[in-house]
Parts: sequence; C-alpha cells; structure tokens
Amino acid sequence: MKRFLAVTAILLGLALSGCGSEPAEKAKPAAPEAQAEPTVLTVMTHDSFSVSAEVIAEFEKANNAAVKFLRTSGSGAGLNQAILAKGNPLADVFVGVDSTFFSRAVESGIFDPYASPALADIPDSLRLDPENRLTPVSFGDVCLNYDKKWFADKGLTPPATLEDLTKPEYRDLTVVENPATSSPGLAFLLATVSAFGEDGYLDYWKALAANGVKIADSWKSAYWGDFTAASDGTRPIVVSYASSPAAEVFYAEKKPAEAPTAAVLGPLTGFRQIEFAGVLSGTGKPELARKFIDFLLSRSFQEDIPLQMWVYPANVHAELPEVFQLHAKALDVPASLDPKAIAEGRERWIEAWTTTVLR
Amino acid sequence: MVGPSATEEQAIRLKPALLPALPPLLFLAVFYFHPLLSIFGLGLFPDGTFDTDRLRGLVASDYYLRTLWFTTWQAAASTALTLALATPAAYVFSHYEFPGRRILRTLTGIPFVLPTIVVAAAFRALLGPKGLVNETLMALFTLDAPPIRLDNTIWIILLAHVFYNFTVVLRIVGGFWSKLDPSLVEAARMLGASRLRAFREVTLPLLAPALITSGLLVFIFCFCSFGVILVLGGSRFATLEVAIYRQAVHIFNLPMAAALSLVQILFTFCLMWAYTWLQRRTGHRLRQSARPVARPCACLRERLAVVSQVAVVCVLAGLPLAALVLQSLRTPHGMGADFYETLFTTSESSLFFVPPMAAIGNSVAFATAALALALILGLCAAQALDKSSGRIGALLDPLFMLPLSTSAVTLGFGFIIALDEPPLDLRSSLALVPLAHALVAFPFVVRTILPVMRSIPANLREAAAMLGASPWRVWRLVDLPILGRAVAAAAVFAFTVSLGEFGATVFVARPQTPTMPLAIYRFLGQPGVLNYGQAMAMSSLLMLVTAAGFLVLETFTPREWGEF
Repeated sequence: MKRFLAVTAILLGLALSGCGSEPAEKAKPAAPEAQAEPTVLTVMTHDSFSVSAEVIAEFEKANNAAVKFLRTSGSGAGLNQAILAKGNPLADVFVGVDSTFFSRAVESGIFDPYASPALADIPDSLRLDPENRLTPVSFGDVCLNYDKKWFADKGLTPPATLEDLTKPEYRDLTVVENPATSSPGLAFLLATVSAFGEDGYLDYWKALAANGVKIADSWKSAYWGDFTAASDGTRPIVVSYASSPAAEVFYAEKKPAEAPTAAVLGPLTGFRQIEFAGVLSGTGKPELARKFIDFLLSRSFQEDIPLQMWVYPANVHAELPEVFQLHAKALDVPASLDPKAIAEGRERWIEAWTTTVLR
Repeated sequence: MVGPSATEEQAIRLKPALLPALPPLLFLAVFYFHPLLSIFGLGLFPDGTFDTDRLRGLVASDYYLRTLWFTTWQAAASTALTLALATPAAYVFSHYEFPGRRILRTLTGIPFVLPTIVVAAAFRALLGPKGLVNETLMALFTLDAPPIRLDNTIWIILLAHVFYNFTVVLRIVGGFWSKLDPSLVEAARMLGASRLRAFREVTLPLLAPALITSGLLVFIFCFCSFGVILVLGGSRFATLEVAIYRQAVHIFNLPMAAALSLVQILFTFCLMWAYTWLQRRTGHRLRQSARPVARPCACLRERLAVVSQVAVVCVLAGLPLAALVLQSLRTPHGMGADFYETLFTTSESSLFFVPPMAAIGNSVAFATAALALALILGLCAAQALDKSSGRIGALLDPLFMLPLSTSAVTLGFGFIIALDEPPLDLRSSLALVPLAHALVAFPFVVRTILPVMRSIPANLREAAAMLGASPWRVWRLVDLPILGRAVAAAAVFAFTVSLGEFGATVFVARPQTPTMPLAIYRFLGQPGVLNYGQAMAMSSLLMLVTAAGFLVLETFTPREWGEF
C-alpha cells in the first residue's frame, strides 16, 4: 500500500513538474554585451521546415531576438490553424504557405503586406502577390522520379513525358500520391491539369488508371512503401521532387558518384511548388517580423535551404551546394496555373479525380 | 482526508455519484467539450446562422453514406476477428504459468505504440511482394509471381487492426477471466456438463462484461481508424475519420468536417449508450477466486493449448516486429548496426535535430504525466459510475467514452480557437501534450477499471464498514487490492497510448520537445537510405522503450495484486 502511495506521489510530482510549470522555452543565455532581454519572435511553420542552428543564431544575434518555432502537422493543416486563430495569432510570422494554397492564404486576410527590399533578388516568376502579403522563399519542382537501376536491368527506356506513363510498356510501374491527402499529390494533379487542360486531364487520368497506376496516401508511403529504389516496393516510377536524386546521394551511406534515381525534366512534366512567408496580422512585433522576412531572403538563410529542406532558394544570388549542382536540376518549363484558377478549381478537380481514379 | 461539513454531507447523500465525477467532468468540459463546441459553432454557424451551403454534399451524394457503411462493417469485422483470435490467448495467458509468458504479453502491447507508417513497413517486409514470406514461398514452390498480395486490400486492414488491438482483448479479458471462480465450472462439469457446455453456459455469460468491454474498445478504435486505412488500405478505402481529415485539411471545408465529426460522435455515443445499458443488465457481483491465478500446465492437453496460443502470439505480433528490427539492421552492405550508430553520432546542424535520447526522454516524461493524470481522472470516473445508477450513470458512462471517438483534427482545430485566452491560452503550451494524451487515455482507464469495480461484492464493503472501517479505509483495504490488477493494466494502456499518440501530438507538440513518433516522421520526410534506416532504428528504440515501460510498471505493481 505504501508502495502504491509512493508511486502515485512520484507520478503526481512528475505530472506537475511536466505540465504545471511553463518550461524554460529555448532559454538561450543572452550574450554578455546585450543590454536588453532578447525579444521573442514566434515563427509558425510546417513539419518539414528546417534550418541550421547557426543561421538562426545569426539573426538572433543581429536583432537581439530569440526565435521560437511552432511547427504544425502539414502545410495545409498549419495554414488552417493560422486562419482559425485570425485576430489572435499564435505567432508573428508564418513560413511555408504552399502555392497550391496561395489564394486561400491571401484571401483569408491573415497576412499584413510587406515589401521587403530583398525582393529585388527574387525572380518575377515566383512573385505571385502584387500586394506582397506573401513573400516567396523557396521553390521545388514536383515531378516524376525513376529508379535508374531498375530501368537499366530491364533494358527499358525511362519515361520522358506524362503521356509515356499511359503506354503499355509502363503498365503497373507508377505510383502517385492522392491529391486529396498529399500536397505533392495535389501538385502533380495540377501539373496534369496544366498540361492537358481542364477538358483533357480526366481522360489522361482514365488512361493512367487503366494502365495500372497505384495511388498512395502520402509521399512517405509512396516513396518508402512502393518506390523500388527506396523500398521493397514494386514501382520504379514515383511522384517526388526534382531534387530527390540529390538527397539520395547526400543521405547515402557511402556517397555514390551517381544518383540511384533520376527526375523526369521534360517541359510541362512537373509542377513548381513555391513556398511563401508572411507577417501575421495582429502580431505585436511587426518590426522584428519584417526583419525576419528580410532574413529569410538573405543569402545566409537562402543558401541553407537546399540541404535542410531539399528545395531551391528563391534568391538568384544564393549559391547552390555541390550535391545540388551535380545531382539536382530544376525543370526548365514547369507547369503552372493561375492561383485564382487553382482556388476555384481545386475542390472540383479533386472530386472529379476521386470519382474517376478511385472508383 | 478532511471530513465533509454538514451541508456537504447532505449534498453527497443527495447525489453520491456526483462528487467523484466532478474532476473528470470538469476536465472534459474544459479540454473536450469547450474546444469541440467552439469548432462546431465556427463550422456550422459561421456568421451566427446555420450554414447549409457547404453541407449540401452530405445529403446530395451517397459518398458519405457509403463511407459510414464501410466504417461500420470494417470495424465490426476487425472486432470479431480480434475477439476470435485473442480470447483463447487470454485464457491461456491468464490461467497457465509458462516460460516467456511475461515477455510475450509485453510483446503484444508494443504494436499499440507503433506509428502506422512503421507498421506498414514491417508488414511489407514480411508480407509484401518482395517480403520474407513471399520470397520463401516463391523459392519453395518455384513460383514466378508472389502468391500473397495483400497490399491495399481489406485483408491487410483487418490484419493490421488485429495486430494493433490484440493486446486490448488479451489484457482486459485475461484480467477478468483470472478472477472468475473456477469452482463454478467445476460444479457444472461435476453435474455432467461437457467441457463445451460448461464454457457456453457458465463461463461465457460470466465473461460477457469483459468480452463486451474489450470488443467495444476495439470496435471504437477501428471505427475511428485513420492511419491504417490511409497507409495500408490505399486511397480506395475511407473511414469517417479519413473523410473528416480530407475535408478539414485539404479541401478546407470546415462545415463538412464539423458535420462529419458530429455524425461520428453521435454514432459512437448511441453505441456507447446501448453498450452501457447492456452492461448494467449483465453485470455480476462475482465471487472472488481464492486460488493462485496462474499455475503450470498439468497435462498434455493444457501444454498443447499453451503451445498453440504462444504460436498465435508469435505469428501475429512477433513476426512483424521481428521484421521491423531486421529492417533497421539491413544496411546497403549487409547486416549491421550502422543506422543506430549514426542515430547517436550524427551531429546534424539543423535546429530541429533531436538527439534520440532527448526524444526518448520527452516521450517518457509526457507518457508518465499523461498516465498519472488519466489514472486519477479515470479512477474518479469509475468510482462515480460504479456508485451511480439510473439516469445519471446511463448518461455519464457513454459521455466519458467520447474522447476516444473524436478526430484529432477536429479537436486540434478546436484547441486553437477555444483555448486562446488567458488563463487558458494553452495553444502553444507544453502542458497541452500530456493533457491531450490523458484525454485519449482516460476512457481506457475507465473501461479497464469499471468492470472489475462492478464485480466487487457489496457485502465485502458492508462487512468492513459494519466493523467500523472508515470509507477511505474500506476503499483502501477492500477495493484497492481487488482493483490493483485492473489499475496496473489501465496504467499500461495509458502509458502506451501516450507513447504512441501521434495525431494530437502533431497539432500541439513543440519543435524543441518532439516525441519519438514525431522523430520517426521527421526521418521519413526526406529521401535517402540513411533517413529510412534511422526511422527504422528509432522505431525499434520505441519498441524497446515501450517494453521497458511495461516491465517497470509490472515491477511496481505489488505482488498481492497479482498480475494483469
């Protein structure tokens, strides 16, 4: 009995210490020369956001700030959380609005306009918002990847166009993500809408379904579950990113001279996903939040992007790491759609896709 | 304990059930109903008026009816299968002593905490087209194509549900069974009943509350199944939970998500209400067995029974888990512990890199806090339900079960808009993690403890009270020793639920304090052999931590409480 009470007391103590007191949140000791307490800047972002510790430290030091990150489950869920908290924002800055959700983000009115001087280094093709409520930070091309060894072993030519996937020799070879549950899946659906038009994309998907395309719920299960180059799966073609081959080299145990996978880079075969950041309306620290936007476009952050998140920096002056230069290529002619058209069509396209492909 | 004042005493006498029910009710009101109602309000009445526009789809297409139908029948099938496979094992594990019993029972608990994506990897390593079983079969019978094709079929969904929920039936039914007085069956046998008849007419009716309890828990889990359906079933299958997620996160149709959540909650509430009504009618005050719980096998028949059930557990839980460990050791150049080494030595520069020890520490700390909270609330709730009869109990009981059946997305969004003002601006507080975990674990605790509490004969308490024991002393000396096993089982459940919880954590977790499942998801977020290997290594560590947690809990359980 005593033992039970003792255990209960211990557990209770742990419980209280675990949840009662607000934890020392990233209690970085202030630099000795800093006079004032650092201002805390809260940055809300999605779960695949990443950055080097020393790059953030640079910003913190320069602005006498402490950056606190709030990561949410995915780009869609995170944006929705931010919109629900409208007026009483959870954070000061939001990083990682995906271009497929662009219109919703802008129309929700949760972002304050800010024209960063660093925008001069960003190409026009990435700047979708003339009012600068959202600032482009990075981009990645969602496209087909294939297992080089598999195709070499079979003596088969890898696909070069979207149409190729509907040919008999590529039967049962492709896995794509469900656009209703996955953001690369949605991007790829948009690529087909852009390539074949609103009248033609469903016919393409019908042909793809007839040719045995497999649908996975997420990039994780497609890549790690079905893609032959990464798993025990049976599909040598997968929808991933143009930079994935570079990641395969970087995260190999012994760096190979050549990537085991390759991206299909033909014109209009992939969709360019742009990621944006913005200052959340209602923040108490607009000055610092704007400085953070400037910092996101600065070379030190931009050059950190490739190896942390495996996408391309938006800043044209940012230098790419070697593994990117050697093994990654962006699409020359990515598919693109007007954000307005995406906002109006997305739900309809997904519904139509669902009834065409999943039934 | 301070004695109640005169007026309080009156109040207690008037509504004796209400006092212990207060803490759990208050907890639910703040952390469950408040967020839930807020999100329903926002979803269904965006401008103060009922918004029908975006709900039209619910009535217009039969998609949602079909989804509801699929949700229900797959849950029923999964439950039936789990009960059929786990009940014999529950008997053997609660009645016989054999080497490796504790280890095997611990093994069945581990699936409970594994993220679906990891389970999918384990199943593929075992049963996939290039899996262990298929390659063996192809080599043995010189086949050209893999004979077993389970991927994206209903079978793999059912199999995964059995894999996940086996332990629920094993522990709840086993714990209850070991308490049944064997002399009842012996009497029936003496009077000439066959073994089967004695089981059907004596044991089965007595066992009914535990069977219903565990079956219901399994049903609810499968009814709200999310990851298993998405990852293993592919996109052709959707449960209500999956539909809610799609509507809320990818189509931004909050009214539809709210409406679907409401359907799901109402459906479970009705189910629960019917179940609690049934349980009240079949509840028994049982005579406690005075004999030692488990004994060694006495004859060949018993030995065979043990061997067959051990085989079932090994195949169902052991093989996939072994496949997973194998996967974590399979490097591009043969077997080795490379991934574990890199897990502990890589000095990644990312701000978000979490050393494995930190993730383990976070997970264990959160789980311990959630366990304590869930146990306290659950004990209060069970006490209240045991004492209350009639309408209050009939309403409270299903109410306490609701958190189990609520979509993490709905609740997560609810937290954002409901808990946003001081003193309850918990949206980014660390406390939200154990609170959310306790919310999910608490119904388990109630369900595990309540049947045992109800089985305590009233005359035991009365005798003690008559002899002058205070209520506290009666509880301590009569109730607690009998409840001990159930409390320990409940603690294990709460601990595992928290260790493996992903859906709610992802909404509330802070980057500086990720749990092990979150760390696994981070590794799986990027291509490259190393990431995959590290995810598998981390999953194996999660298994290890779970097993260690179980063993610690079992060691802490006083001997006189027996085993669970």
